[in-house]
Amino acid sequence: MAAQQRPLSPHLQIYKPQLTSVMSILHRATGIFLAAGTLALVYWLLAIAGGAESYKQAQGIFGSFIGLLFLFGWSFALFYHLCNGVRHLFWDAAKGMDIKSVYASGKLVWFASIVLTALAWTLALTTK
Amino acid sequence: MSDLRTPLAKVRGLGSARDGTDHYIAQRLTAIALVPLLLWFVFSLAAVAGQDFQHVQAWVKSPFNSIALILLSMVLIYHAHIGLHEVVEDYLHEDIVKTIAMVLMKFLAITLIVTAIVAVLRIVLGG
Repeated sequence: MAAQQRPLSPHLQIYKPQLTSVMSILHRATGIFLAAGTLALVYWLLAIAGGAESYKQAQGIFGSFIGLLFLFGWSFALFYHLCNGVRHLFWDAAKGMDIKSVYASGKLVWFASIVLTALAWTLALTTK
Repeated sequence: MSDLRTPLAKVRGLGSARDGTDHYIAQRLTAIALVPLLLWFVFSLAAVAGQDFQHVQAWVKSPFNSIALILLSMVLIYHAHIGLHEVVEDYLHEDIVKTIAMVLMKFLAITLIVTAIVAVLRIVLGG
């Protein structure tokens, strides 16, 4: 059907990155990354169900440098996607859709994600 | 009789999109449910993860935690599936590739949900 190869929008290569566009694509990117994290959640539950030995094995994987790196990435991605998701829910209710509010809520999302990630890791590293 | 559409098609109001607002509503409902579930899970996990096996096992076994873990697994994987489905719709243009990806994702999502529920039940009912 498509005889002509017309350009598809958005033309990312000619747009200057903006807070709004970067946050929008990050919402999707973190969503994809977090979907992979559900595999880790199910593996963790299976490891506990398997008993002390399999749990120790899982602890070894999650406690390794790469494991901790992923856990840190997932925690930040999760808080970002969660906070930005709430921002989206407000938009769905047609609240805060003017440019000024969109930028203000965008900055608030970054701030809240960083604070929540820091809180979670402070809790994790102090309750050993 | 200037309209060939059936009364049922008119009532459904889906038009040529073949799809309605159900996934849109489900995405938002699961998102709302995930806010408290994930805040509870991440902060509980942060507190419990460093402890030994007996503590973690006992934590999962508590009635509140086991129910919340099953709810979390179901809602989270369902929400992830809706999102990935949307991504596939947007980026995979070959019909056959798109269909295969969607079917596999559906199978995987259901398998993961069942596996998570069975794992929690094994922990709760096990020794």
